Amino acid sequence: MQLATLLIGLISATALWSGVQALNQQARTSYDRAAATFGGARTAMLVARTGVSFPQELFVELRRAGWPVSPMLEGRIQIEGRSFRLLGIEPVTLPAEVGSAPTIGKAGLQSFMTPPGEMLVAPETLSDLKLAEGARPQGDGGAPLPPLRVQTNLVPGVLVVDIGIAQNLLKMPDQLSRLLIGKATGRHPPLESVAGDKLRLVEADAETDLERLTDSFHLNLTAFGLLSFFVGLFIVNSAIGLAFEQRLPTLRTLRACGVSARMLNAVLVLELVSLALAAGLIGLVCGYFIAGALLPDVAASLRGLYGAQIPGHLTLKPQWWVAGLAISILGALAAAAVSLTKALRLPLLATAQPFAWQQAQRRWLTYQSAVALVAFAAAAGFLWFGDSLISGFAVLAALMLGAALILPMFLEIVLSLGQRYARAPLGIWFWADSRQQLSGLSLALMALLLALAVNVGVSTMVESFSRTFLVWLDGRLSAEVYVSAANDAQAHEIKAWLRERPEVEAILPGGRADTQLAGAPLEVLGLPDHATYRDNWPLLQSTENAWVKLRPGDAALVSEQLARRLHLSLGDRIEVPASGGNWTLNVVGIYADYGNPKSQIAVNFAALTRRFPEIPLTRMGLRVAPPKIPALISALQEKFGLDDRNVADQARMKAESTRIFNRTFSVTAALNAFTLGVAGVALLTSLLTLANSRLPHLAPLWAIGVTRRRLAAIELLKTTSVAFITTIFALPLGLLVAWCLLAIVNVKAFGWRLPFHVFPLQLLWLTGVAMAAAVAASALPVIRLARMQPTSLMRIFANER
Amino acid sequence: MTKGIPSATGPVLHVTGLTKSYRTAGEEVAVLRGVNLTVAAGESVALTGESGSGKSTLLHLIAGLDAADGGEIRLADASVAELSDAERAELRRDRLGLVFQQFNLVPSLTVEDNLAFQSRIAGRHDAAWHHELVERLGLGRFLKRYPEQLSGGQQQRVAIGRALAVKPLLLLADEPTGNLDEDTADEVLALARDLVKRSGCGFLMVTHSARLAATLDRQVNLHAGVIA
Ligand SMILES: Nc1ncnc2c1ncn2[C@@H]1O[C@H](COP(=O)(O)OP(=O)(O)O)[C@@H](O)[C@H]1O
Ligand SMILES: [Mg+2]
Repeated sequence: MQLATLLIGLISATALWSGVQALNQQARTSYDRAAATFGGARTAMLVARTGVSFPQELFVELRRAGWPVSPMLEGRIQIEGRSFRLLGIEPVTLPAEVGSAPTIGKAGLQSFMTPPGEMLVAPETLSDLKLAEGARPQGDGGAPLPPLRVQTNLVPGVLVVDIGIAQNLLKMPDQLSRLLIGKATGRHPPLESVAGDKLRLVEADAETDLERLTDSFHLNLTAFGLLSFFVGLFIVNSAIGLAFEQRLPTLRTLRACGVSARMLNAVLVLELVSLALAAGLIGLVCGYFIAGALLPDVAASLRGLYGAQIPGHLTLKPQWWVAGLAISILGALAAAAVSLTKALRLPLLATAQPFAWQQAQRRWLTYQSAVALVAFAAAAGFLWFGDSLISGFAVLAALMLGAALILPMFLEIVLSLGQRYARAPLGIWFWADSRQQLSGLSLALMALLLALAVNVGVSTMVESFSRTFLVWLDGRLSAEVYVSAANDAQAHEIKAWLRERPEVEAILPGGRADTQLAGAPLEVLGLPDHATYRDNWPLLQSTENAWVKLRPGDAALVSEQLARRLHLSLGDRIEVPASGGNWTLNVVGIYADYGNPKSQIAVNFAALTRRFPEIPLTRMGLRVAPPKIPALISALQEKFGLDDRNVADQARMKAESTRIFNRTFSVTAALNAFTLGVAGVALLTSLLTLANSRLPHLAPLWAIGVTRRRLAAIELLKTTSVAFITTIFALPLGLLVAWCLLAIVNVKAFGWRLPFHVFPLQLLWLTGVAMAAAVAASALPVIRLARMQPTSLMRIFANER
Repeated sequence: MTKGIPSATGPVLHVTGLTKSYRTAGEEVAVLRGVNLTVAAGESVALTGESGSGKSTLLHLIAGLDAADGGEIRLADASVAELSDAERAELRRDRLGLVFQQFNLVPSLTVEDNLAFQSRIAGRHDAAWHHELVERLGLGRFLKRYPEQLSGGQQQRVAIGRALAVKPLLLLADEPTGNLDEDTADEVLALARDLVKRSGCGFLMVTHSARLAATLDRQVNLHAGVIA
């Protein structure tokens, strides 16, 4: 039995931990792939000091002056109404260390650079486009693009062409977006002497943008994995404790026969390590399946939240297996440490305990509470002084550690209060015995507390999120139908056609430009001056008549993320690099932009098209009376050959967004439920461990005339009441956790803060689940007790050794 | 109170033709083969016999902790065999005092709570008698302590006090001094005899010590499954 629980504990600990690690590893590999795309943040580069591009001559001059630079042009093009990132490179000067370039090769170079050239794409992009290698898709203007060629280590969604071709396609002749800097071979003059103040150096970053953005997500996963791992170790710990307790007589006999303590320990460790190895292997296989099952959701989350592309199948490195086994063995040894030191110091004769249980318990409680207070102080310190995501998690970790450690003290206080007010002898015994059982159950109860608190915290967060998100989505998607045309010309035709339709109440053109602000990508959104936005757009803060102030084109609304990142408040000014130079904008409002990894600002649509004349004007929102929507959509699709991706109604977009966000949190929810289950198993093993040592406690009561059934009922009541007290303690802790997640971790991780809501029904439900888990965990030992043979109880009273 | 609770007249215990066998490894071992035994109110009886002769088994059957195969056990006017499990528990609680070799006390309760435990759940607590027991057993100093803080002799004194606090018809003891040294054993047994006389209940004690057995009113020997 304890072998089974030991294995279950080790397997679930290893499985959850390594499953999470597999997911993280998988994602990291993909990010590396993304970073390998030329000009990721891992290369130092030069960019324009003002505006988004600069003249090509600067490249020639720098190159002549000995700078190891390579030109690059970046922009977006549309293929069949979908937008892709287009990178123009110059393969000859491309520094070797930026990644995929060498694979173009000498032979490939010729066909890449000479017309019609080649367009390199990831295999995923090719299948997305439903095209074969060598095909030539149609571009914006209807002209054929260079033939497609697959390059496996490219990120999906990116098209790579020769720089000349890119300049043509993007209608930016002789313009460059940036210069990548390779390893310097000789000395070169300072930048200013060659390029004046036109260019700015951006240092290489160890982390890519994507890694930085997704860090929080992975930290989140890791935190959960770690939590599950520890809860699993609780099980292992109690199983080993039980096994040791049962073997004590044998160990004593062996020692009495002259086997040295060291030898005995060596044997025990060897046994444990081989068990851990076996359990670790099974755990790894389970972990692989867990990761495989969660991967689609994780991939969807990462795509939805950060636009990161993760392939849908797992590839694991050998290190993963080794690390998994190591952690299983280390975990088992850590969990066994107490029992092993006991074995090492095992006195040959069982000696009477010098302290009564009460004194021993008081010492232990005082000690733990002192450590708990230190943990709380640390949490407060992190809260006060910390200003990063890591410190946010540190607050959470210290808070939970402190709460777990203070839990026994809390239980002790509640139970001794109960004992003080109990009058009936069985009542007094009920409380007194629960107190005495505390030390044996506390680890399992701590596991329950942590699992519950995290569950309360996360589900409160998810619920707060989905409530806020749905309201917000209603405001953001206020047009009934969204259309995205294949190109500007078609957009023009569509508009003309729509104006003739009486059911279309308004056509709201939209546009978007990509630029940079303070070293990070920035989206500039153009919104037409229309009541739809004035009435619905979700502003968090605004000056009076903010929408009117947008009209002249010198004001912007900024997203919460951007406002937090740059510490912007109403009335501040920002300088946004635009095509013709920098654009100075007044901040007149701050709006919620949940789930967007990029910073965003919203400006007047007409002003946007003036400042970024090259952006496609293919998107528009339509106000239509709801009953007329389906007919209009099918008419549009038929008339202009648009498919589902190009025309979408509001309901579908909402459903889509909601789905992405639900999937984002479904991973956490799954891990969450798992932790609660593991905590239940921990409680069960602790109760089973205690069951044997409890017989001397129960037998006298039985002999005195308390029936076994009654004893069993009392035992059940005892477990459920300590579990209940733990749950009561877990609820406020969970809400505190939720607050930390919403107000600290989320702000640091995503840049937005969510309003905090409490959901009483959900708390009630979780309390019910916890109580059900406690009842389920005590069922087996209690049934055993109720059915126990009288002889097993009688044996207690006779010294039969 | 409930039916089947006997009154304290005549013999408190009357055992006739009691049989009990155990099945171990498919083999039937007859431990008791027709035991007859009577204990009168106020009488103390020592039950002796070699190890494994079935003394404990007999005591457990009388206490209703286990069921006999055949024969009759009458406690005053109640027949133990006819009672249900719950009724036997009730009988033990209200009318019997039990003291074993070890683990008689509830570890999580103080000496004071242990002493009053049975009499309270039986609803037969008598404060004056309780005080007298504490006094005579010399436990006044230890009332707030926990069992594990007491010596073996002290623990057995608490056990005897607990058993007698309920004012039982019969005190059953299974080698109550088996874990104690000779001097302590004598002292504890003297106290028990004294208190049994005070309360006027019957006393049946299992012992393998002839010396201790000799201090009681009567000795019976269990051999080959019967009392000679
Ligand atoms: N539960 C049981 N199952 C099988 N055999 C038992 C059981 N209890 C006692 N016995 C056997 O019955 C015999 C009498 O036991 P016991 O009454 O404890 O003897 P005593 O108390 O006189 O030493 C012994 O041989 C013992 O092995
Ligand atoms: Mg015996």
